[in-house]
Amino acid sequence: MPQIASSTSTAREGTLKGVLQRFPFVPALVILVALLALNGLFEPRSLSFGSLTGLVSTYLALMLLAVAQTYVVFAGDIDLSVGSIISLVNVVIIVLMDKWGGSGLTVIAACLIGVLTGLACGIVNGIMIAGLRLQAIVATFATSIFFTGLALYVLPVAGTPAPEAYWETYGETYFGIPFVFYIVAAVAIVLGLLARMRLTTQMLAVGDDAMAAFQSGLPVTLIRIKGYMLCGLFSALAALCLTGDTASGDPLVGGKMTLYSVAAVVLGGSALSGGAGTVTGSLVGALIIGLINSLVFFVGTPSEWQNLVQGLAILLALMAGILVSRGARS
Amino acid sequence: MSTETAVSAIKTPSRAIEFLKRPLVVAIILIAVLLAFGEALSPGFASPTQILRLLIVASVMGIVAAGQNLVILGGREGIDLSVGGIVSLAAIVAGNVMNGADGGILPAVLASIAVGALIGLFNGLGITLLRIPPLVMTLGMLGVLQGLLVVIRNGMPSGQAAPALASFVTQPFLLGLPGIIWLWIAIGLFMAFLLKRTVFGYRIYAIGSNEQTAYMAGVPVKTIRVGLFMLSGAFAAVAGFCLLGYSGSSFANVGEQYMLPSIIAVVLGGTPLAGGKGDYTGTMAGAVLLVVLQSILTTIHIDESGRQMVFGTTLLVLMLFYGRGRAMRG
Repeated sequence: MPQIASSTSTAREGTLKGVLQRFPFVPALVILVALLALNGLFEPRSLSFGSLTGLVSTYLALMLLAVAQTYVVFAGDIDLSVGSIISLVNVVIIVLMDKWGGSGLTVIAACLIGVLTGLACGIVNGIMIAGLRLQAIVATFATSIFFTGLALYVLPVAGTPAPEAYWETYGETYFGIPFVFYIVAAVAIVLGLLARMRLTTQMLAVGDDAMAAFQSGLPVTLIRIKGYMLCGLFSALAALCLTGDTASGDPLVGGKMTLYSVAAVVLGGSALSGGAGTVTGSLVGALIIGLINSLVFFVGTPSEWQNLVQGLAILLALMAGILVSRGARS
Repeated sequence: MSTETAVSAIKTPSRAIEFLKRPLVVAIILIAVLLAFGEALSPGFASPTQILRLLIVASVMGIVAAGQNLVILGGREGIDLSVGGIVSLAAIVAGNVMNGADGGILPAVLASIAVGALIGLFNGLGITLLRIPPLVMTLGMLGVLQGLLVVIRNGMPSGQAAPALASFVTQPFLLGLPGIIWLWIAIGLFMAFLLKRTVFGYRIYAIGSNEQTAYMAGVPVKTIRVGLFMLSGAFAAVAGFCLLGYSGSSFANVGEQYMLPSIIAVVLGGTPLAGGKGDYTGTMAGAVLLVVLQSILTTIHIDESGRQMVFGTTLLVLMLFYGRGRAMRG
């Protein structure tokens, strides 16, 4: 497996293969554009500014969660607890805002504590998997049970609403631009900086061949823990966006999103075995899932068939994405 | 000569300790400790009728884990996330085919196993021919199956278990034990025979520990891997069939609760997710251990939140006993 990546640099520039190697998310981008076109074909209004804003504000949480998952996948790990981290952060900020009255400053304080909660979850996962060397799939499943328990302790039943100031800001438009696009811009800047940091290269090196990374002097354990910390951090940010969209607290809200986040990462052209991938791809992957869902609706699929058609479409997209990106890598 | 004995002396400090470190032994000791603990907490917990009830629940979990065990043993990140969907689907298919009549049991068994094996065939073909990673393929398949379940539930009655099936699962059948426990024992013997006495079994370990050498030695790697996923689907279907007998009628996503726990049972039974070593006897003990643990937590009078936190923490502690990766040394 290690020799897969070493052949990467030998491809000629300019060829289609070269482009795919430098930008592994291109196939996903093609699928995204095709889906946008199909959406526009079946429902012209779906390409309006308002509809696209709606799409982004609904799927921003999944996009951030896909980013979170990407950082652990870079290092060859996986995190099946991201959905429960979302739930936990969601109820933590809802309960805090409810207790503190929901004015501007307390909302910010609650969000900060929410982000720290996500970070703490990431540290726990990192110590369990990189530090104590448990197997990532089963260990993060166990921590997800624990985090869900914590979420149920904080808020036993769903329903507490978010203060108006919170969800109104999320849905507000400032200077003609919806608030969610400011978040997108801020996230893009942060991701751009992260992509330039040494940590990203180090995580990819660990995912490509952990032993080789270790022997060349990289602190493998620490790097993997940092991957899980980033994962917890972005899961918390995803929770903040989700709360802006749903405007209420629910201790089980994130459960279904874990597997979607993995699917988004794969759709985006990252290898689950680690060592190859881009965050941009995962963002596109999350949008693909959103667009498939809306397309299935616009085509006029009967409601009971929608889940099946969505499932089939996502499976096909996953297969196509893997075949294309592997063609590029080998 | 003298160095050889010195080396082996270092490697095996003492036979007793080696014996105590075997996963099966660890699991059995833990089961005994948990049963004693449960009995102390609430007298009657470890009574014969109660233990029998635990074993019935464990046998369904154990049958799902049998297929999961095979897929994991076969290596190359083998895992089957679609088992949850197959269990639910098989229960619905079986319920509709037999429709409450004893005469329909045999066709129902055949139909549900055929459905499970067919889904396993799709999984296996995607994984071997298209070389989709098992996690992605079975995750996509899970999405398809969940959609299919929505369609079926809308168009079909849920179906009824035949009286003979219900009594097979819940009532004493032979020597005071219900039929399902005999079935589980039979599956345990079948798995032991398959893994230790057949060419197919040896080949599973061969492709699980080193696919490349197995291939060069003439093992039909792809055929075997497809076979493993078909067996996994078939075992999940048998479990769904038994679950129908346990609950009387099939409903919604009964199978989802078996998806990740079946993997945990395999890991607690001493089969690492990397595959290539381990056996089903350990997995059986792992399934019982998991069910006893869950049962103790329902006996203790704590909130759902506390229960989940204790469950998650206990799983993590159990995993520290076994299933840890090797440390990196330069």
